Amino acid sequence: MRLADTLRFARDAATGYPMRTTLSVLAMSIGVAAVVLLTALGDGARRYVVGQFSSLGTNLVIVLPGRSGTGGFNPANAITSTPRDLTVDDAAALKRAPSVYRVAPLAVGTSEISYGGRLREIMVAGSTAEFIPIRNFELAQGSPLPDEDWNRGSSVAIIGAKIRDELFGNDAALGRLIRVGDRRLRIIGILKPTGQGLGMNTDELVIVPVSLAQAMFNSNTLFRIMVEARSRDAIPKAKDEAQEILKQRHRGEEDVTVITQDAVLATFDKLLGALTLGVAGIAAISLAVAGILVMNVMLVAVTQRTGEIGLLKALGAPARTIRLAFLTEAAMLSSVGALVGYLLGQAGAFVLRQLFPVFPAYPPDWAVIAGLGTALGTGLLFGVMPARRAAQLDPVQALMKH
Amino acid sequence: MALIELTGIERRFLLGDTTVHALANLDLQIEPGEYVAVMGPSGSGKSTLLNLLGLLDRPNDGIYRLEGRDVTTLSPDEQAKVRSQRIGFVFQSFHLVPRLTAAENIALPMMLAGIAPAERQRRVVQALADFGLQQRADHKPDQLSGGQRQRVAIARATIMQPPLILADEPTGNLDRHTGDEVIRLLEELNGRGVTLVIVTHDQSLGARAGRQLVMEDGRLKFDSRHAPG
Repeated sequence: MRLADTLRFARDAATGYPMRTTLSVLAMSIGVAAVVLLTALGDGARRYVVGQFSSLGTNLVIVLPGRSGTGGFNPANAITSTPRDLTVDDAAALKRAPSVYRVAPLAVGTSEISYGGRLREIMVAGSTAEFIPIRNFELAQGSPLPDEDWNRGSSVAIIGAKIRDELFGNDAALGRLIRVGDRRLRIIGILKPTGQGLGMNTDELVIVPVSLAQAMFNSNTLFRIMVEARSRDAIPKAKDEAQEILKQRHRGEEDVTVITQDAVLATFDKLLGALTLGVAGIAAISLAVAGILVMNVMLVAVTQRTGEIGLLKALGAPARTIRLAFLTEAAMLSSVGALVGYLLGQAGAFVLRQLFPVFPAYPPDWAVIAGLGTALGTGLLFGVMPARRAAQLDPVQALMKH
Repeated sequence: MALIELTGIERRFLLGDTTVHALANLDLQIEPGEYVAVMGPSGSGKSTLLNLLGLLDRPNDGIYRLEGRDVTTLSPDEQAKVRSQRIGFVFQSFHLVPRLTAAENIALPMMLAGIAPAERQRRVVQALADFGLQQRADHKPDQLSGGQRQRVAIARATIMQPPLILADEPTGNLDRHTGDEVIRLLEELNGRGVTLVIVTHDQSLGARAGRQLVMEDGRLKFDSRHAPG
């Protein structure tokens, strides 16, 4: 039998039983759609988190107090086990490192902001002029923190967009005096609304000079030191240099942790990649179920069409032709199902993206290929048995049934 | 040379614990162009004989020569090829494929044999004309009358121009009138040299054949060729 004839025969056979064909195509398409959609979700989550981390800043190296890793034995550890705090001077010292481009100390606390009788809880970030460029923040209005002595701290503040809206409404906010905690500060800048920034909603943030923040919270420690390396390639060097400088400043104790954005990114990337893979695996189970359904449908088809198979044999069809015809039909069911499922999945991902614009729900290519491949594979695999059964029917017995 | 030559054919079925001899030590020769009616009561082995002649079934013993060639030892695929080229089947229940049109049903053996579409088309048009089915070419079997269905089936059986046609109760599902029509068609084919073997219950139908075989308990009880007088 010619290939075109085999295809047409299989197609006619499939469309000849619309109900069972539709159902098996539906099952297969649900399976594929599940793979496409779930991996789109998983990968979307990965992209979202990666995007969030990227928005922290570029070429970022972050210094945090305390040691999370295990170092070699240091006699100093035996005597003092409490890690030294990070100070503004530590941050200033990092500016000496050759691979470091910019440094911004960061002290964080919560406080209350009030203006014109309105009061609300806010997060206060104490830092320096370079904080905004390092973190890739942008000002909607006004100017950044003054480039002054880090230990001085003028009474100025930069406020987030949401705070501005809530406190001032349509009134001009720039230049106004507000009260943060027990201090009166002048607003010199307003951040652009972003709503992003992991763990810190910049729309509800007030940025003040670092020494002011420390004075407000009555501490002289830093939450983080943000370091920007000169280039992407300089990140590892900047990390080592920062580590070395702080070790010297802390009398040979490695009591800080220096992480690079890349390392954090890679971890999350890996974690969420694994999650996507896991979700894909779960969705793949539905594909296997769909494959079994295709087998079931094809077995029913063989039973239903026993008389026809007998006839084909009587008319001189060799076993191979019959096998091929049924296998083609199974392949058609699963490929049409896979195609419909792919379109459904893409449509679903599209709807998701429309509903949640910040969430990049695109299915990864590998998942689409694997999903389609598995659908076709299971369809064919599970089509083999019914096809063989059809080919092995005894023509005399088969002809008696119709 | 005989078209069909059966020597010592045995066909046994195992039904539960008992062995049934559907065909027992059967010898038979059919010459090219003969018109043979096989008769006998139910279970006499006539259908088994027809299946065997059509290479749908294999004997347990004995030799079947078709056109001088021993076909009992052929592989299933070789037998399929012989069925495709040399044998046409006509069934009591027509056995048309319900989702195919009359024309497609007629073309089915050619499609299975891999004949080019243009040639198929040419032959189908001819066959439709020969069997008076031009108006019915695009009808599905369920839109055809019984007589038309059997005409389609006969057109299908002859489309590969086989020298042998095997018909199993071809009029069994038809009324007297359309049955006669179908028989006339088959006899016309026989008139053009095609060997025709018909299995039938119908005495009057059997009587029209050039040669009558009567089966009983898997044996040939009567063969008009060897009958006295």
